Amino acid sequence: MKLIQVKNVSKEYRTGEITVKALRGVSFEIERASFVSFVGPSGSGKTTILNLVGCLDKPTEGELKVSGTDVAGLSRKESAAFRGKHIGFIFQDFNLMPVLTVYENIEYPLLMVQSLPSTERKDRVEKLLEEVGMADQKNKYPDQISGGQKQRVAVARALVTNPELVLADEPTANLDSETAYAVINLMKKMKDGLGTTFVFSTHDQKIVGEAEIVYFLADGKLVDEKVKGGKNGQPV
Amino acid sequence: MGNLFKISVRNLFRYKRRTFLTTSLIAFGVIFVLGYTSISGSFKNMMIGQVTDSMIGHLQVHRKGYVASIENLPLNMNLNPQAARKVESLLKLQPEVEDYSPRIKFGGMFSTFVETTNIRLNGVYPEKEFKTIPLLSSRITDGRKTLHRGEILIPELLARGMKAKIGDMIVIVATNQDGSVNGKQFEIAGILESATGPGGRDGYIHIEDAMEVLRMEEMEISEVAIRIKDFGQVETFTRKLDGLLSGEVNRQGERSLEVHSWQQLSPFYNIARMIDMMTIFIQLMLIAVVLISIMNVMIMAVYERIREIGTIAAIGTLPMKILSMFLMEGLCLGVIGTVIGNVIGMVIIFILNVSGWVTFDFGRQKGLVLSPTVDPVNMLVVSAIVIFVSVFASLQPALKASRMDPIQALRHV
Repeated sequence: MKLIQVKNVSKEYRTGEITVKALRGVSFEIERASFVSFVGPSGSGKTTILNLVGCLDKPTEGELKVSGTDVAGLSRKESAAFRGKHIGFIFQDFNLMPVLTVYENIEYPLLMVQSLPSTERKDRVEKLLEEVGMADQKNKYPDQISGGQKQRVAVARALVTNPELVLADEPTANLDSETAYAVINLMKKMKDGLGTTFVFSTHDQKIVGEAEIVYFLADGKLVDEKVKGGKNGQPV
Repeated sequence: MGNLFKISVRNLFRYKRRTFLTTSLIAFGVIFVLGYTSISGSFKNMMIGQVTDSMIGHLQVHRKGYVASIENLPLNMNLNPQAARKVESLLKLQPEVEDYSPRIKFGGMFSTFVETTNIRLNGVYPEKEFKTIPLLSSRITDGRKTLHRGEILIPELLARGMKAKIGDMIVIVATNQDGSVNGKQFEIAGILESATGPGGRDGYIHIEDAMEVLRMEEMEISEVAIRIKDFGQVETFTRKLDGLLSGEVNRQGERSLEVHSWQQLSPFYNIARMIDMMTIFIQLMLIAVVLISIMNVMIMAVYERIREIGTIAAIGTLPMKILSMFLMEGLCLGVIGTVIGNVIGMVIIFILNVSGWVTFDFGRQKGLVLSPTVDPVNMLVVSAIVIFVSVFASLQPALKASRMDPIQALRHV
């Protein structure tokens, strides 16, 4: 079964009497353990797709399934619980909690969302700290580490719950090229190691080249897709 | 819960100055309320003690209608000997009663052979009177702290006005209820300090002397003053005694006896009630201070952390947990402010107690030293109010945070 199934999905936003069509009948499917990128200019609908797939928003029309669940029909509380169990998020601005240390930021979803016992939390957090190379920084607060390090922590936080899917909205936008590559490579490494599906949006053409499948968006429509090597992707 | 607490405390320390100002405001409010309630409470208790322990007693029994015309000291409204005996025998059986004192109250003329004036007198058994109103002996500023037959204790104002002193012989002249006038010579045994309230400027003689002056063949009692062991039970015991005496009826089948607690006999009770009202008002002000300051801080906290709220909501934190997180912050602010306020308040009250700085005048009584005490129940009530209001004030901002749309919150700049 496909991890993500999107069929004729449209999304409209209403601002007063003006209706903005952010997505117009988009359809695609994404396999498990894929590394997928959405590319397009501002306003093309990249973030809207990530929001819909991430159960943060609901489509105006169309079918949307994530891990076999019709997420469009979930209530607010069910959506939050679904996100906590199945989806990890990486944000452009890292969005770490400033009052928590690196360790505590990674631990947060296990503690406050999944309520796991402390030994299991410790095992998972320390393992991920090693894998993202932040073990020696674990007691530092976000304002004591660099942007690249913050994004590595964000990657670890997104992966700590063992989600099937990680969504990253412009994860490298606030990083220099070298750090951006390092973060993308980290994400690929985690995808290979854990079998997690990564879906990210980006403007950066150099980073786009790292994705296995690239969907091109313009004016809320999928205009093109490219499959690197034609292995993992299943373009519709 | 422990993790919510940890995150809340860290968020509070993130804005140190704001947290400091808010907790200071709450602490100041708590100190003010504690200080006010302890000082006003001790003033109230002291004055109640003065009123009950130096004049009235805790409660009194009279013939029905006597209290309504107490200013005239009507001798025809006295309890007849049979009724007085019934009351006394009933009081002896009550375990709550510490002691009681029958009194004959009457008005008469006080003459020093040179000058004459009016005087209100209480005829009492000295031992029973001193036990029932224990502060009476401390009101004797000059002379012996006893009273024997043929002796009189006179109020200070009268002594000064009539230039009477200890050991002087004076004459008391009074009219009995049949209109017969009689007089008797007394030696001044003591001068009584005046006390504010009913009976505060009365003189005292032995009850048998009063019977002699009034030519009573049998003892007719004006009132029976009663002291009970637990002052807190005054109202309960008043009701109980009233019930026990309800069977005493006159020839017309109406109740012949009535019981009054000190509250019904002393005008100070209204002042005490006003003090209680002011205490409630002060507590309402504290609630307003806490409500406004916590709500202000929590609204600011939510506004400043919209993106954080969006992040934790996006990664799956349930709305109820976000709500709890902000309520916990309000709770912590309230608890910290309350604890600091209580500690500083108790230290201040302790210093006031040790130093004896708080003095006041009440009527003719000068330089009364207040000993403010912290009532633990009152302290707990104030603390509970502050903490409850802190959580309540956080509710609206916390609900706003928990209902926030993650997309809108993440977009917030």
